[in-house]
Amino acid sequence: MSKKSQKFEGDPKTTGHSWDGIEEFDNPMPRWWLWTLYATIIWAVGYTIAYPAWPMINSATAGLLGWSSRAAVAEQIAAVEEGNASINAQLVEVALTSIPDNAELDTYAVSAGGAVFRTWCAQCHGSGAAGAKGYPNLLDDDWLWGGDIEAIYNTVAHGIRNEDDEDARYSEMPAFGRDEILEPEQVDQVVNYVMSLSGTPQDASMVAAGAEVYADNCVACHGEDGTGDREQGAPNLADAIWLYGGDYDSLTATVHGSRFGVMPAWTNRLTEAQIRAVSVYVHQLGGGE
Amino acid sequence: MSNYIKLVVLGLITLISMIAINYARDTAYMVHGVIVMFVAGGLFLYTVRRTDEPEPPAAPQTEYFDSVVRAGVIATALWGVVGFLVGVVIAFQLAFPQLNLDWAQGFTNFGRLRPLHTSAVIFAFGGNALIATSFYVVQRTCAARLWGGNLAWFVFWGYQLFIILAATGYLLGSTQSKEYAEPEWHVDLWLTVVWLAYLAVFLGTLVKRKEPHIYVANWFFLSFIVTVAMLHVINNLSIPVSIWGSKSVQVFSGVQDAMTQWWYGHNAVGFFLTAGFLGMMYYFIPKQAERPVYSYKLSIIHFWALIFLYIWAGPHHLHYTALPDWATTLGMVFSIVLWMPSWGGMINGLMTLSGAWDKLRTDPVIRMMVISVGFYGMSTFEGPMMSIRAVNALSHYTDWTIGHVHSGALGWNGMITFGALYYLVPVLWKRERLYSLSLVSWHFWLATTGIVLYAAAMWVTGIMEGLMWREVDANGFLVNSFADTVAAKFPMYVVRGLGGVMYLAGAVIMCYNLWMTVRSAPAKEAVGTTAIPAE
Repeated sequence: MSKKSQKFEGDPKTTGHSWDGIEEFDNPMPRWWLWTLYATIIWAVGYTIAYPAWPMINSATAGLLGWSSRAAVAEQIAAVEEGNASINAQLVEVALTSIPDNAELDTYAVSAGGAVFRTWCAQCHGSGAAGAKGYPNLLDDDWLWGGDIEAIYNTVAHGIRNEDDEDARYSEMPAFGRDEILEPEQVDQVVNYVMSLSGTPQDASMVAAGAEVYADNCVACHGEDGTGDREQGAPNLADAIWLYGGDYDSLTATVHGSRFGVMPAWTNRLTEAQIRAVSVYVHQLGGGE
Repeated sequence: MSNYIKLVVLGLITLISMIAINYARDTAYMVHGVIVMFVAGGLFLYTVRRTDEPEPPAAPQTEYFDSVVRAGVIATALWGVVGFLVGVVIAFQLAFPQLNLDWAQGFTNFGRLRPLHTSAVIFAFGGNALIATSFYVVQRTCAARLWGGNLAWFVFWGYQLFIILAATGYLLGSTQSKEYAEPEWHVDLWLTVVWLAYLAVFLGTLVKRKEPHIYVANWFFLSFIVTVAMLHVINNLSIPVSIWGSKSVQVFSGVQDAMTQWWYGHNAVGFFLTAGFLGMMYYFIPKQAERPVYSYKLSIIHFWALIFLYIWAGPHHLHYTALPDWATTLGMVFSIVLWMPSWGGMINGLMTLSGAWDKLRTDPVIRMMVISVGFYGMSTFEGPMMSIRAVNALSHYTDWTIGHVHSGALGWNGMITFGALYYLVPVLWKRERLYSLSLVSWHFWLATTGIVLYAAAMWVTGIMEGLMWREVDANGFLVNSFADTVAAKFPMYVVRGLGGVMYLAGAVIMCYNLWMTVRSAPAKEAVGTTAIPAE
């Protein structure tokens, strides 16, 4: 036989049922439990009268308070926009270069631009703007397309190598290896030459031949001394700062197949004030010219 | 005769799965074809070899059908350890992304393993626990052998097949992207068949009961089985792109799909993890405490209130989305009203111990059951609170939700299941007692400490990240980027992982203890294995 429930002196009555030895006391429901249940029901009725709740035939009851989640958030957004309206107008009107000299405008632009950056730019450039392989570091003073505030503004507004904006910055390095412009041996030589420009240890026996290949193929964009050309976004090869890596393998991959970094144009996604703000923000990060 | 029908059916299934393998449009579907082919083919050969052999004598109707419960107990313990292990792995993947293993991309990355974890713990561990305990409880409290003969074995093995198909599907990328309902259409269809068989066995046993009344545990089990069937079918309504491929397209789209999904998702919690486990609680706590249930009236009222209210609470998962405000209001108020009905189960569980509180000192099994009811009470208070719009605005999409789920899942579902397993193994294997009560104590403290570490870590990160997301400066601009919040959570992610390790360690100790109980605890005269009405 199964063990039955134990009972003690003073126990309440049971219901008289027993299942596999389990019995049930005939206790009432705890009063506090019942009254709390009633209270939540009364509250629920009141709440559904005050707020949109009951579905009818064509629409639901709107609630006495007239509250709606969309209206509530729209109100909050409107309040912020209204509060910032005059300073935003000012931000759009003044000359870009004058913003850093206007303390109030500069503080505002840095805080607004920081928020834009953390929302839209951090995915590629990192939340601290230190970049990653293929995504430029915005904290240093090494700029591909120029680091004064107007150059930064143009880059943000129109982007790089995208197809959405006619004014996007554009340039393309040939894929010297893949398109068979250079022999594999020549690629090897020029890579070693480029490494020598920044003093990276290299195979010295190839440097002389590499210099010739460089003079014939690379000078037009990267310059005779390898310091690059911001007009075409051609990187400085002599400063040991690399977007895609300065080791032998990375450079070989770059010369062989080229690189084609893309940045979107933000004109249609951000307001003029936001683009200006984020330009100011990036400009003051450390490398602005 | 029946063997010949079986052979024809199994042969056909084997043949169809071969055709399916041949035409399969994706790997997951092909692998499923192979699994089904081997299962059906194996059963075919097994049946052929036994055809025309003399039938073994049928077990007498007065004896309980306990072999399937024993299998369920083993499956529960096994899947529990698997599910917890995968949970620990993905917890550390979040802390250390390198553990996503570059060389095994597409199989072991977080996105593939996460549904494997949730399904393993909810459906494999929890589901097997529910099937096994419901089969045990319904027989004992009805004083009747399970209805349907070997149908109970079909339910057990069919359910294991479902688990295998679901798990392999996730790893191979077959998913319909619905949380807790990830398996694709062909696996869903199979589960429907198994689930209806489960319903038949359970209902059949209730119908032939020898007790005049139906015990409260069985109300909860039945509501769980019926509602899960309905939820499963409706949320998985979809049209396969091809019958030879696993991909399907949902019948509902947009916000209707989202609402259906969370109607399902919330009630998977409500009926699978709450009602079903309350059924478990209502049997094992009075048995282990050896005391009558505190209040019959309370059990009736909280049962009906619970199952009536739960089904409407789903929209609170979709606050501030495309779902209209009126629907989220209703979801919220039903959740708040649900608070007391949920607590009814906690009160009945805890108050059943009045007069037996001293057992907490000596019996670690009852301690486990009591703490599980405690966690149940905590999470059923936290749930309604988080359903309030203003609280949800902070908590939604943060780790707070993860903490909430785990205080319920590890604390309530896990602990009550461990308690039930500790109760069942000596009874089912006819042992006088458990191998070691001090190992149960170790399990208890490891698991409890693990849950506290886990839940506390997630509360901290959840509230922190919610506050960081909404933090704005004087001009109304956001202060933090998303990546800042991720970086800030790192230490708590490590703590969470350690909590998981402790919980897993406890479960491994339990498996050892149960194994040693079966192997070496002294045997006991058969008691309570025959169906005799209690009064």
